Amino acid sequence: MTLNISRRTALKTAAAAGALSVAGMPALAAPKHGGTYRLGLTGGNTSDTWDSRTHSDAYMINMGHGCVFECLTEVSAEGELIGELATGWEASADAKVWTFDLRKGVKFHNGKAFGADDVIASMNMHVEEDASSAAKPIVANVAEMKKLSDHQVQFVLKNGSADFPYLVSDYHICIFPAGQIAEAIANGIGTGPYKVVAFDPGVRAMVSKFEDHWDADNRGYFAEVEQIYIGDASARVNAIMTSQVDAINRVELKSVKLLRNFVNIDVIDVTGNQHYTFPMLVGNAPFDNPDFRRALKWACNRQEMVDKILQGYGAVANDHPIGPANQYQASDLPQTEYDPDKAAFYMKKSGLGNVTIDLSVAEAAFTGAGDAGALYQNTAGPAGININIVQEPNDGYWSNVWLRKPWCACYWSGRATEDWMFATAYESGVPWNDTGWENERFQSLLIEGRTELKTDRRREIYHDMQEICSDDGATIVPMYANFVDAKSNRVANNGQTGNLWQLDNLRSCKRWWTA
Amino acid sequence: MNNLAMIIAKRLALGVLTLFMVSVIIFYAVNMLPGDFAQAILGQTATPETVQAIRDSLGLDRPVYLRYFDWLFAAMQGDFGISFSQVLFATYGGSAATVNYETVIEQLAPRFGNTLFLAGVSAAIAIPLSLMIGVLAALYRESIFDRVANVSTLVSISSPEFFVAYILILLLAVLNPVFTSLSNIHEGMSFADKLGKTMLPALTLTLVVTAHMMRMTRAAIINLLASPYIEMARLKGLSPFRIIVVHALPNALAPIINVIALNLAYLITGVVVVEVVFVYPGVGQLFVDSVKMRNIPVVQACCLVFAFAYIFLNLVADVTSILSNPRLRHPK
Repeated sequence: MTLNISRRTALKTAAAAGALSVAGMPALAAPKHGGTYRLGLTGGNTSDTWDSRTHSDAYMINMGHGCVFECLTEVSAEGELIGELATGWEASADAKVWTFDLRKGVKFHNGKAFGADDVIASMNMHVEEDASSAAKPIVANVAEMKKLSDHQVQFVLKNGSADFPYLVSDYHICIFPAGQIAEAIANGIGTGPYKVVAFDPGVRAMVSKFEDHWDADNRGYFAEVEQIYIGDASARVNAIMTSQVDAINRVELKSVKLLRNFVNIDVIDVTGNQHYTFPMLVGNAPFDNPDFRRALKWACNRQEMVDKILQGYGAVANDHPIGPANQYQASDLPQTEYDPDKAAFYMKKSGLGNVTIDLSVAEAAFTGAGDAGALYQNTAGPAGININIVQEPNDGYWSNVWLRKPWCACYWSGRATEDWMFATAYESGVPWNDTGWENERFQSLLIEGRTELKTDRRREIYHDMQEICSDDGATIVPMYANFVDAKSNRVANNGQTGNLWQLDNLRSCKRWWTA
Repeated sequence: MNNLAMIIAKRLALGVLTLFMVSVIIFYAVNMLPGDFAQAILGQTATPETVQAIRDSLGLDRPVYLRYFDWLFAAMQGDFGISFSQVLFATYGGSAATVNYETVIEQLAPRFGNTLFLAGVSAAIAIPLSLMIGVLAALYRESIFDRVANVSTLVSISSPEFFVAYILILLLAVLNPVFTSLSNIHEGMSFADKLGKTMLPALTLTLVVTAHMMRMTRAAIINLLASPYIEMARLKGLSPFRIIVVHALPNALAPIINVIALNLAYLITGVVVVEVVFVYPGVGQLFVDSVKMRNIPVVQACCLVFAFAYIFLNLVADVTSILSNPRLRHPK
């Protein structure tokens, strides 16, 4: 008859395929209880503990806020803020007073009932003297905590913060039992759906279902979760290929293609807020020259970096740190692309003539940082910018190079909210402002956005801030790096995985189930 | 026999001196690396205050030699100190005193047990295997068997360990799932389970160490085959097998035992790569982790254990080779 497939046939086929795939989709099956979930994760250390203030890598974040502990709020897989130990929250008009309603009938693993005192004690852990908590800046903004009733807490903030409910979803701010915190840190006692069975730091952790959990039917479907530390990327891939684990994190980009060939394995590849940067210290010439910074931005071939450094598992970024997992990413901003003519134009405008600058790189900053530097060197040359690559040792990179050398490679895992990200690394005078860059209008918008509760206005504010950052800022942000993880089809989820962190925001133990 | 006791005493004294030297070198070497424990553990999240807080609590600001002597005196009394890794974080406000810190010994002991287990399993396979192949190769020297044995063991010793490991994983775990590629043994596993999980790393190590021992066995025996007393035995009409096993082998034992001791020491101290590939929780991984974290007490203890393993096994080798040789046993 004819070899052309008519549009109608094509549609029919597509519909049939769609119906089939829906019928066959395990995602629609109701969650099942039971089974053992085995994870092979990197990011573990012999120095790991149950102290959530010190959690900094996937292994303990997954075990901490992803299994044993709970926070007041959580960011769902869909990216919405929902209550975990809090059921509701309300702000005063200036976003300075926040009242949280707490869940009733919640028990800790040792039987203690959860209440307002636990929240207050857990928050206080972060501002103790000598406490080395990464969440210190968040909690330091709390001027006063009032226990309104056993299940209601009021936070009075020093400076208004519209994002406060988001901030308390941070994996550092887990809720510990008041009065038993030392014990809880030693043994891992929280309110989470799993309780600790065995814990060998940097080797293995085993938790089992906590039967008295307040939502035992809908959170934490597995009977047991076993988490093994596998530092070697090939060993992780071997482990999932030979069915010894059900999920792994940080799949080596080179092996993603091979893994995709396995029908039993799903590669989870999401673009989140994780981004790689090249911060310049503006206190050092020539980085104090905005036109020179613009020249550098136009001299960077972002797409090439995504293709070659990330092997395509990423997206080009636009010199600001706000990513797709943020609410107000300004995706309409004009994308800075590789344009040697424009770069040369700004070089001329800067009046610097021919410059040679050092770029300090090490694999500690991000995998492929050295190669990214070489690509940069290559594309900046035609614009009259000579980049000299300085290979730094991995050891001590964060103490001796970052924040010290005028221009270096760096990475950020990103933050759940715009304010949080900007306040961490872009606000004037904060310790991790890794460029020393200051901009009056940026700063005043930042302050305004903090107390603004109206969504539309917030969108405008953060849009403008991203624009300023992109145009005048002192950080080159060439790319967002995807989170690439893998799961076996022995475990299932509802088809939606979060993009805030690896492996469904490292909450897969609470959300997934045995297929 | 007095002579033997003298040798042992001398060796032990030298061994203690060696351990001392090793501890000095390692302590200073780790301190020369950029960054310290406080910076290593805090990484990108370090702020001057938090770094200072950790340094204060661990006394990292004091001069290196003072810290070394503190460590040395404690170690001589059997106290290897507390591992840095859990110190800082076990503290919570004023309640620090109620929490027991993990000592270096507590952290090291189970790992060392695992390392010995892996070394034991590997040795149990490798030593009989290489002796057997060595004897057979000597017996059928220059034959096809001899050539094949030589070439294949040389190939396996020449390949990097991780390569041998991946080949074994491909053959025995992925294509033919006989063994598991993860060797994450832990407490509470049955012996059989542990043995099964340890098989692939043990086989990898076997392939790595067999060549050395096998070739030494072969060479030592062949060396003796030209001796008059072997000629005599042959003229008596003894079978070649009997000549080698009963007449040649006992006299070739000394060099063989030396090589075995060297390889045993290697099995204990040099298996970091194999541990990483198979996720085996032995001392090697702890050692690397501790160096990375500048966790000096654990690094020191690991080094001492490794150095001790070398010294002890070499001593055992010397003593057994003296015992196996009547000429050395009864010196004039």
